Amino acid sequence: MHVPFCEVRCGYCDFNTYTAKELGGVSQSTFHEHLIGEVAFSKRVVGKMPELSSVFIGGGTPSLFSAKQIEAVLESLGENFGLALDCEVTLEANPESTTPEYLTEIAKVGITRLSMGVQSFDSQVLQTLDRQHEPERVAPLIAAAKELGMLTSIDLIYGTPGETLDSWSKTLDEALALGTDHVSAYSLIVEPGTKLARQIASGEIGQTSEDVNAEMYEHATKSFETAGLGWYEVSNWGKPSVHNSAYWKSQNWWGYGPGAHSHIDGNRFWNHKHPTTYQKALSDGAPAAGIERLTDRQILEEKLLLMLRTTWGVERELFSRLKVPSELVAQEISEGNLELIATDRIRVSRKGRLIVDGLVAKFLSL
Amino acid sequence: MSPRAAKALEPSQTPADLIRNFCIIAHIDHGKSTLADRMLQLTGIVSDREMRAQYLDRMDIERERGITIKSQAVRLPWELEGQAYALNMIDTPGHVDFTYEVSRSLAACEGAVLLVDAAQGIEAQTLANLYLALENDLEIIPVLNKIDLPAAQPEKFAEELANLIGGDPDDCLRVSGKTGAGVAELMDLIVKRVPAPTGDSDAPARAMIFDSVYDSYRGVVTYVRMIDGSLKPRENIQMMSTRAVHELLEIGVISPEPVATKGLGVGEVGYLITGVKDVRQSKVGDTVTTKSKPASAPLKGYAEPKPMVFSGIYPIDGSDYPDLREALDKLRLSDASLVYEPETSAALGFGFRCGFLGLLHLEIITERLEREFGLALIATSPSVVYYVRKDDGTELVVTNPSEYPDGKIAEVEEPMVKATILAPKDYVGTIMELCQTKRGTMMDMQYLGEDRVQIRYRLPLAEIVFDFFDQLKSKTQGYASLDYEDDGFNVGDLVRVDLLLQGERVDAFSAIVHKDKAYAHGVRIAGKLRELIPRQQFEVPIQAAVGARVIARETIRAIRKDVLAKCYGGDITRKRKLLEKQKEGKKRMKMVGRVEVPQEAFIAALSSDDSKAAKK
Repeated sequence: MHVPFCEVRCGYCDFNTYTAKELGGVSQSTFHEHLIGEVAFSKRVVGKMPELSSVFIGGGTPSLFSAKQIEAVLESLGENFGLALDCEVTLEANPESTTPEYLTEIAKVGITRLSMGVQSFDSQVLQTLDRQHEPERVAPLIAAAKELGMLTSIDLIYGTPGETLDSWSKTLDEALALGTDHVSAYSLIVEPGTKLARQIASGEIGQTSEDVNAEMYEHATKSFETAGLGWYEVSNWGKPSVHNSAYWKSQNWWGYGPGAHSHIDGNRFWNHKHPTTYQKALSDGAPAAGIERLTDRQILEEKLLLMLRTTWGVERELFSRLKVPSELVAQEISEGNLELIATDRIRVSRKGRLIVDGLVAKFLSL
Repeated sequence: MSPRAAKALEPSQTPADLIRNFCIIAHIDHGKSTLADRMLQLTGIVSDREMRAQYLDRMDIERERGITIKSQAVRLPWELEGQAYALNMIDTPGHVDFTYEVSRSLAACEGAVLLVDAAQGIEAQTLANLYLALENDLEIIPVLNKIDLPAAQPEKFAEELANLIGGDPDDCLRVSGKTGAGVAELMDLIVKRVPAPTGDSDAPARAMIFDSVYDSYRGVVTYVRMIDGSLKPRENIQMMSTRAVHELLEIGVISPEPVATKGLGVGEVGYLITGVKDVRQSKVGDTVTTKSKPASAPLKGYAEPKPMVFSGIYPIDGSDYPDLREALDKLRLSDASLVYEPETSAALGFGFRCGFLGLLHLEIITERLEREFGLALIATSPSVVYYVRKDDGTELVVTNPSEYPDGKIAEVEEPMVKATILAPKDYVGTIMELCQTKRGTMMDMQYLGEDRVQIRYRLPLAEIVFDFFDQLKSKTQGYASLDYEDDGFNVGDLVRVDLLLQGERVDAFSAIVHKDKAYAHGVRIAGKLRELIPRQQFEVPIQAAVGARVIARETIRAIRKDVLAKCYGGDITRKRKLLEKQKEGKKRMKMVGRVEVPQEAFIAALSSDDSKAAKK
């Protein structure tokens, strides 16, 4: 579920989110009603489905929703589809708009997992990223969430211009001291059209090199694994998130809200991007702006593209179904970029993780 | 001011004294095709509704690049003082590579419109073409074009033209191909000034072939100018050089689409179709006569163009080789100047060594091969022909740098050109400096007007095919223009510089350069390749070497990280689309050993970046 609001837009962010000023006539306090409208719509589209195994409320800044609003959307999902007993219900939150009291309220209405956008513990780095919070806010909030019995995760960003290996190392230490169940660490992507991209283009800010990025990644991998957080996808460590895994395993998922993407049985479709257009399209009948039906070949290609990112890898047979010459796969195994597990699966090695996109392109370019 | 001819004269029945054959000669971009468009419209043979820009330029590439490659002949009706005339406009290409096409078009005319951009003045190509026109005894009508431009200086350039060809600056007609101003006056002037063709209508037929093009539906279409006698449909015609006899299936004029006629008479210009499939059977410069009443002597022909620039053309995907061969065979049907023979490269596999008239010709051919035949190609850096005499007395002709022998060379001769450069006088120093670094020797220099200078240099052709023109343009802010012609051979002190990837020589990157420039060349190419070749999964050392001596070294470090950090929700669709693009990109990469080398590297590596530095 996409909550498309933010107090301010961060300099590196190109997500589909809007500040109060940019929202036009859309009201934050009643926005959940539209999401509920789309839940009803999705029920009409997909009909009977197994109970939901995961709900993820992301954004934007979902912690700008009140506990009441969250309760209302969860209730509608429960009524229409039913939530499985062990359903993972995650809320994304940022430190500046979250308090221990708020956490108590959302735990009561059914949030079982908290994913906090920490990004860094270096205030210089946070400033470059335009993040508003003070790093000291994080630890008490994570402690409170754990106290309430929630699973916890944090997001980190590395490779921010000006960030040194030393600063990243300190961020990792502080992050691990929190004792969360899960960590995501993303290398900063400079998206075209963002303030950061302009600053880099003008030379105001330098860009982190591919090599430094790679070193930071390798450093993170070592730290997480030493702390007992096992790697399971390019940028994810710890107890695998049900939600994230669904994407890579090409399971069925419905994305609610403006610009949200869905995948149901080999169909990928996406909603209108701006909240106003989305609202209008939804009230006119359907929120979707586009749809594509994947071909059998595309389904297999996606499988390779997504699963090769993960610790689960792909079944050996997938390569032959995609007509990838076995010599090519063998060569990557011999060079230590891929590894064979239990004779019938293939996955990327530690070394291959960082070049998996190139490997996939190579396999599929013949 | 004359109206459109009320009644057009019928081909084959038109007396020679009512015919005017003319061409337009101009520097590239001086607006020749636009002026031709206005003439077509004004004479009513193309309706305003059908008009499209550069009507006569048939190939996509011609229209896109705004240049005319193939000449065309169009019959235009015109009326002056109550008398109808038939005007044949013979379009000529305006680029230095196609000089030979200009000269054969000129031979079909009695007059030439010398078209000069009123904002630019006379350029080197204008002079070259004017020279050819004078050699052909053509009546010259000086015309200033683009007088609608705010920057036009018609007085200044009329003066310049008058200085050049004599006469009064006021006699120089001022037109605008864009607005049509002055075009009708120009048509009148052509009728008045261009001499009518002369020829013996009772003599045996003699027609001069001035162009020959291949049409996929009709076979070869041959453009001719009747000199003596006449030709009629269904007649058996004979090519005087080969004695080959063909039946004349169709004869006609272009107006501006082909129109079959009852024949062609003395002085007329039109086309012949005989059903032959290869332009070489209908050779430009040959004389056409009839089998029943053959002429005794052929007309004076033209010198056949010789290829000046060579490049190896290879399919990126080796399995496209047969398609490439077929495509070249097809192109040769319409372009007799294209020559090629099979060649093998250790790095690139099977391909063809092709000979071209110049760099533009090379570019156009490779572009047509890619576009019209859907091939992905690599063209190796252009080279010229070298005559090598080894110590043991054996001689060989080298058109491919990788065949240049190692050591034991007594003497090498390389082709030279005589280059004419026109530029404002402020740039003389810069131009001389450039020509010196390109191993040039100055021949002479003269002022054309107050501020324009003509400089002539003798230069090795190899220096010109490299990137001389680009550098000349950038160092003179685009003001200089260049024309050149063959000027024999000179002995040169040359060596072969090789490029090695992972220790293996890549023959496609070998180049023959002057001994004193070998080091700079090696350093530059190695540096360029480091930038152009993407990081691979392993480290790639690059070396430049002369013989066994390594003169430059660079390293492409192994790739460390290419993975996209986030792949959720909508990222998946984006990622798949990105993958499609990557797949396309990979198709444009050539595997050299284990190294993926992008197509651009093969040409771009050889262009110098001095020109870019000069712009800064």
